[in-house]
This record gives sequence, C-alpha cells and structure tokens, in this order.
Amino acid sequence: MPDTSAILAHLTATQEEAQGLEHGIKADEWERLVTRLGRKPNLVELGIYSVMWSEHCSYKSSRRHLSKFPTKNARVIQGPGENAGVIDIGDGQAAIFKMESHNHPSYIEPYQGAATGVGGILRDVFTMGARPIALVNALRFGDPSHPKTRSLVAGVVAGIGGYGNCVGVPTVAGETQFDAGYNGNILVNAMAVGLADQDKIFYARGATPGNPIFYVGSKTGRDGIHGATMASAEFSEGDEEKRPTVQVGDPFTEKLLIEACLELMATDAIQAIQDMGAAGLTSSSVEMAASGGANGEGIGVIMDLDKVPQREEGMTAYEIMLSESQERMLIVLYPDKIDMAKAIFDKYDLSAEVIGETTDTGHLVLTQFGEVVCDIPVAPLAEDAPNYDRPWNEPPKRVALDPAAFDVPTDLAGTLLKLMGTPDMASKRWVWEQYDRHVMGDTIDSSQSGGDAAIVRIHKTNKALAICSDCNPHYVSADPYEGGKQAVAEAYRNLSAVGATPIAITDNLNFGNPEKPNTMGYIVKAIEGMAEACRELDFPVVSGNVSLYNETDGTAIPPTPVVGGVGLLEDISKSATLKGAKPGDLLVMVGGIGTHLGATQYARSVLGLKGEALGTPPPVDLAVEKRNASFIRDIIGAGLATAVHDISDGGLACSVAEVALASNCGAVVNISPELQGFPASHLHAALFGEDQARYIFTVAGDAENALAQFAEARPDVPMLMLGSITDASEGLTFAVDVRKDQTFSVGLDALRSANEDWLPGYMNTVD
Amino acid sequence: MKTAVIVFPASNCDRDAQDALAQVTGKAPVMVWHKDGIIPEDTDLVVIPGGFSYGDYLRCGAMAANSPVVEQLKAHAERGGYVLGICNGFQILCETRLLPGVLMRNASLHFVCRPQRLSVESANTAFTSAYCSSSTVTIPIAHHDGNYFADEATLDRLEGEGRVVFRYAAGENPNGASRDIAGILSENGRIMGMMPHPERAMGGNEGGADGLGVFQSLLNAA
Repeated sequence: MPDTSAILAHLTATQEEAQGLEHGIKADEWERLVTRLGRKPNLVELGIYSVMWSEHCSYKSSRRHLSKFPTKNARVIQGPGENAGVIDIGDGQAAIFKMESHNHPSYIEPYQGAATGVGGILRDVFTMGARPIALVNALRFGDPSHPKTRSLVAGVVAGIGGYGNCVGVPTVAGETQFDAGYNGNILVNAMAVGLADQDKIFYARGATPGNPIFYVGSKTGRDGIHGATMASAEFSEGDEEKRPTVQVGDPFTEKLLIEACLELMATDAIQAIQDMGAAGLTSSSVEMAASGGANGEGIGVIMDLDKVPQREEGMTAYEIMLSESQERMLIVLYPDKIDMAKAIFDKYDLSAEVIGETTDTGHLVLTQFGEVVCDIPVAPLAEDAPNYDRPWNEPPKRVALDPAAFDVPTDLAGTLLKLMGTPDMASKRWVWEQYDRHVMGDTIDSSQSGGDAAIVRIHKTNKALAICSDCNPHYVSADPYEGGKQAVAEAYRNLSAVGATPIAITDNLNFGNPEKPNTMGYIVKAIEGMAEACRELDFPVVSGNVSLYNETDGTAIPPTPVVGGVGLLEDISKSATLKGAKPGDLLVMVGGIGTHLGATQYARSVLGLKGEALGTPPPVDLAVEKRNASFIRDIIGAGLATAVHDISDGGLACSVAEVALASNCGAVVNISPELQGFPASHLHAALFGEDQARYIFTVAGDAENALAQFAEARPDVPMLMLGSITDASEGLTFAVDVRKDQTFSVGLDALRSANEDWLPGYMNTVD
Repeated sequence: MKTAVIVFPASNCDRDAQDALAQVTGKAPVMVWHKDGIIPEDTDLVVIPGGFSYGDYLRCGAMAANSPVVEQLKAHAERGGYVLGICNGFQILCETRLLPGVLMRNASLHFVCRPQRLSVESANTAFTSAYCSSSTVTIPIAHHDGNYFADEATLDRLEGEGRVVFRYAAGENPNGASRDIAGILSENGRIMGMMPHPERAMGGNEGGADGLGVFQSLLNAA
C-alpha cells in the first residue's frame, strides 16, 4: 500500500483560477463556479467541473439554438435529452437511434478514434434496451492531394470496420466526401440504429435514493483522460501529441457487454442505466443523479472509488473520474437484484461491482482511501452549466450563378464521365467492402447498390427501417439557411425514394469555433434552416450531437450539419432501389427540368469555381418536397416503380447513370431544349443542375396506362417521360437536340470504370 | 434432423445460423454456450458460426480451439456427426485440426465483404447434393482472414480425394487462397469448413438465396 496521505493531499488541495484556466475553465466560468459552489474546488472537483462544463458535454454554445428544433410528432416516444431518440414503429416496437461525432480523436489516431466512435454510438443505443441492428457513417476527409488524407482514410475505414465487424452489427450506409476544408479536421460521424420493445426501454432518468450503483464492463484505465476537453478545443500544429487522450477500443468486450446488458434488461433489475462515454464515470454518474428522482427532481450519489475495477495500479480519484476507458456502463439496480445481475456479467467474464449508492443529498460524494475527495452539489454541474448567447454575424449573401454565363461544354459525354469519377461522386466500394453489411441477416439493401437509403428488415417481420445520412457542406457554406433546409429535405427524399415514410432524424452539427461571430452565424442559420424543414416535413429531431471547434490554426471546416434519417416501410415488397430497372422499362422524371448550377458538383468540378464564385445553392421549396415525395411513395406503394433514385449531386445525367450502373442496363434519355422548352444555353443545367425535390423512376413498359392514370390523378406533380431503359450493351444515350438529331453516348463499361476506378487507384498509390 | 450451434464469446453469426437451421429443419437448434453448454449426443449437425471468437486478437480461431466445448465437438466428430464451420467456424476447424490447412490474412490485408461467385466443385457430398456439379452460385463473404493455405501435398490430396467443395470463381479470388479454395471437406466427408456465408443467402435479403442448398443438402443427408 503506497503512502496515500500525499496523494490525498494532492487531490484535495484547494485550486485557484490559474488551475481553472489550465482545465479550460475561463475567467467568467471560474467566477460562476466559485459563486455556485460557495468555495473554491479541490483538484478532483475542478476536474469534474471542467469536463461537465466543456462544450462537448454542456452544449454551452449551441443549447439555446438547439431548442429551435421541433422534437415531437405522433411517433416520437423520446426526443433529445436521453442517450438516443426513440420512435414508435408499430406492433409494440421502437427504433432507437443517434448519430455522434468522433472527429478530434480520429484525426489524432484514425484507427482507434473511429473505432471508439462506433463503440460509443452503439452503447448509446443498447443502453436504452435496443439491440443495435444497423450502423451508418458519414465521413469527410481533406483534399486527396493533402499528404495526410490517404492514411486518414485508411485508418478510419479500418477502425470502423474493425469495430463494427467484430460486434456483429451491419454497416449498411454512409457517405464519404473530400474537400480541402477538412485538411486539418476530418469528420467521422457514426450513427447506430437499434430495435427494442416499447415496454422494455431503459432511461438514464428515474433513479431513486437508496439503490446500489453497479459498475459493469471493462476495467478503468488511464486512457482518454480529458478527452471531452480535448474535443472542445481547436487544434494546432503538433497536436498528434494529444494521442494519449484518445481511447482504445475493444469490440470483443463491447459485444459481450451488449449481450450481457440485453440479458439483464430482459429481467426487472434495472432502475436507470447510463453508458460511460465522454467524461466517463463523471458524466454518467452526474447525469443519472441530475435526472434522478421520481419526478426528475434530482438525487445524490456516493461512490467509493476504491471499488471501481481498475486496469492499472495507483490510479487517483482524479484519473478514475476523468478516464474515458471504453466499454463501461453504470447501472442503478434494485437492491435485491445484485446477485442475479452479477451472475449474468460473470457468464460473460465482465467486471461487475457495486461501487456506491444513490442518496437523497443531491450531492456527488466520492471517497478514495477512506477519505472524502469530492463533495459537490449535482445541480450546478448539470443545469447551471454555462449557456451562452454567443454573438453572431449574418453570413454573407452570395450572388446567384447564371448558367447562361458559362458555355455548354462541347464534350458532354466526357463531362458526365468526369463528374462520375470526381472524389465525391466516385464509387466508395473500397470503403464499404471493408464493412460487414450482411450480418444479422436482415439487410435488404445496403451501400452495395448505391441506393438512396439502406433498407434493414425488422427481424422476423415484413417491415423494414430505411436509414440514410446526408449533408451537402457546399450548399451550407453558400447559404447556411437553405443548406440546412436542404440537408433535412435530402434525407426526407432519400427515405421516400425507397418507399419509406420518413419519421424522424438525428443530427450531427459539425462546425468551427463558436466564439468567432462569423462561425457562430453559420451555426445559427443552419440550425434555423434545418428546424424549418423539420417542422414543415413533420420530420423532427429526436437525438443528436454537436461538434464545435473543428478548426486548425484558425481555419474552420466547412459548416457540416449532417442529418441521419430514419423511415418506416410497412411492407418490404413495396419498396424500391436503384437496381430493379429492366430493358424496355420507361424512364420518368418527377420535378421540373434542371435550371440551377450554383454550388453544384458541376460548378466545382467542371467549371472549377471556388468559394464566393460558386454562387447560391439550389433553393428548397418544402411544400414541393412534401408533394413530390408523397407521389413517389404512392408510385412505389402501388408496385409501379421498378427502380427509383433521387436527383441530387451531378443532376439528372448522373442520376440516370447511377441507376444504369446499379441495374446493369443502358438508357435512352430525351432531354432536348426544343422538346422540353428550355433555352439551349441551359442544356448543362438541364443535365447537371441540382434543383431540389426531383426523382427519376422506371416502370415496366406495359404499365404505361397505369402510370398515366396515376399522373392524371395528380396533375399538380410535374412528371416527364424521359425515355426508356435499354440493354447494358447499348450504354447511355442522351438525345439533347431532337431536330438536329444531336446525341451523346457513354458506354456502360466506360461509365463503370470512371465511377469505380478512382478510389482504389487513389488508395493504392504509394507516395 | 437435430442441430446445434456453438456460441463462443463474440460469435456473431450464431443467430443467423439459428434462423437458417430453423427455416430448413422446422426446429430450433440447441444453442451451446462455449463454457458450460452441452452438445446433445443425438445431434446430427453442429454448426460453428461466423464471428470473432474471443475477439480473435490472437490468430483467428486459436483461442476458440482451446475452449471447453471443443472436447465435445471432437467427440461429436468422432461419432461421425456432421459439422459445418462457416467463416470463423472454418478457421476454428483448422485450428482444432479437424480440417487441414490454415486461414491466413487476406492477401489485400483488408476485410472484404461482397457477393462472391463460387463454383460448386462437387455435388457429390452431404453438403452440396442440392446443387449441380460445376454450377456457379453467389454467396456473400465477409472476412479478414480467408486466405486458405496448406502445403502442396495436402492440396494435391484434397483435390485428389474430391474434398475441395467450393472454389472462388475463376479470376475472382477475394483473398489469395491457394488454388481458389473456398470450402473443404474432412477425410470422412462429414465436416465442411467454408469461408462464404450460406446462412446469409437463404432468400429475402441482399445475400440472395444460393446458400439454401447447403442446408437442404444436409437435411437430405441426415
């Protein structure tokens, strides 16, 4: 036994403002802390305040704006505020889901950063009683030519695969984009979706005094100490030294933890449960105490840290409370269930100890070596955390881009091939082939088909969830309000395009430093735009995460509010993907001819425009979104559509190309200025414009009459017969001027190679 | 047919195997926990499912091969019972020496999950009688260590005795396996290990329905 008196003296020494600053507590926050506490904190207490008041845990810069999001509709069971959002999917079942970032750690140590991101989001979902059934990830990397990009892609993808594949949850969808704006801060956003019975949902809230606090999972080590604080600061050159703040993942233990927790949850042993994520034992115990009590009035907690299972010797209370060791859970049990709970965790060889008790004092009391090392009221930690109204500037308005100012390219076939091979549009096969997409046996459609949303069957039923993730940061940069609206509308469209009824979203708001009024302006406007779309589309936010300070040496990332959407398919047989088109099918477009080139893939990759010159993003008319989406869902529901795809990046031409690749067929597309009545100088916009609320679909040739009846019943929905599907050997032909018989054609092989070759070629290049 | 599925810690295709067996036999298999579970003596078929047994931080399957349940597995094999090892199950069968050879890291060094075209090398086995010989089927793969390797004499012997059951379609070897081997049989023809996942191709999902034949063949054999 070492001399504990010196350690205790160190832990309980009164701290001053200077130490507060070292812990990221700013001067005004120090004042607040000392006033509320009525004295200066000791070292353990200061450590606890610093993580609880970090941006990561307290949302102090975004909270007042997040409250603008609608969070309820008829299907929402639990909105933001718990570990994850919960929606009613009928038959007494619920879908539980959330998206969360692991940006900062993934940049410092890509494999473990990404792996533990997956582990953390899985715990958020199974903590609530759900068996995880799908993983999604939204990744954004720097410019491909940046020296770090290739190794970051390799590390992040291997980390996501390494964790998700082992725990046995399929990774079914995702997005991977590249932009120089992420050179110094990559984005790794992971989403998990789980399935639970509505009468077996567990919450962090509701613990009452006098019950045992049960610690389960991995032992606590020194890894990840102050991870939450690190994630709340900007980077500067040389921050790789922060590697010790990154946690190390153990998917094996996570898998056992899932099984053990679900086994325990099948009994009546748990009063409240919270995973140990950011800020570990601190935030889990504080959050359970703050939301405890029969009416949420809050309770107290006392814990004996000597009882915490520890991986290393000589850990102090400070280290134990701030460790972010992975794969741990804190559970408030009913007192007579301790033995049964221990037996379950013993079966899986997991640590499980009673480390304390809930109390009625309202205080967080911690002891080590028999002495009290922390005694602070819980309420100020959680509820009194700073809540800033950060000053913000109205983001600058851009001038719209006029398509007529740019010539229609003479080589339209080459243009299409170029677009299909840009880093953003190129096939991400190299990524998703490293993810197990099929474990659990319920994957109906995944990244494999390039579809708009993944389709995952609800086990042993004929129903399915549709899941997608979306954000176009170029639109948000151009106009955060419209861009924010668009991210939500795109998710709504992608779910509708597979035939699902959109229900709710989770969001992951990735931005730079909120203390800079220009950055804060983008945060505010993007949230307001998203909120409007959520309201109009009845598509509320039920969970989410905010990641700020994504800045390096003063340069912020492009504003990137990622939306994870979940929808319900009542009948799998009435769904659609990109891959069902057959030769002889008719090709139909819903929505008007493209007119908008501002902030598009075409403007960036073909016109080579940057920044201001890109102009405004395509505007989003939410009423039209709603109308067109319901029409598409009806077409799919009636069993008419053989394939469906929305029109997004790269416009109509790329959308048709993607259907042709997925269905392995050709197509003839009539898109002529004369026939459709648009100026010939706008042909590039008609082919590659990214106007919103648009879809293409195919129907069997003999279903033309049924389709006509449908169209007649909905004269308000603009529908255009574009052409037909042909044999793969015929490739794609676009008739762009009927009178002059002008066409351009692209062979399917050339298209496939343009789309498939870029990423493997890039990843296999040796510098 | 009476069936059982061995569940190791971090097996993760145990439920898929359970569902596939129930679908084909109409009866739920016995799920046998690695520590204290019992394989009933009258079991016709034991399935060792895919996953990452014990995390597979060591050589894949090496820990599982020393698990308490393996004694029972060997006893079942000695009784002449059928054993189907899928993916991690194949790795475990090699590590227990119930099948020859080893499964090394994929030549690409990456995990690979894709629909995989396979050639059915012999339909004259208890695991493949429902297929036509030399037919091509598509069954998904998902593994990091599927690069089958054995010395030349062993490979010659496996081929000579008709014990190579599945091969990756010509030119589509996903992992560098010797002679494109995807699945092999034991000497008595009662034990098969394969890297592809037939239990993920039972119809109604992205995996297709080509895996059904493996289970139907076993139902006919047992």
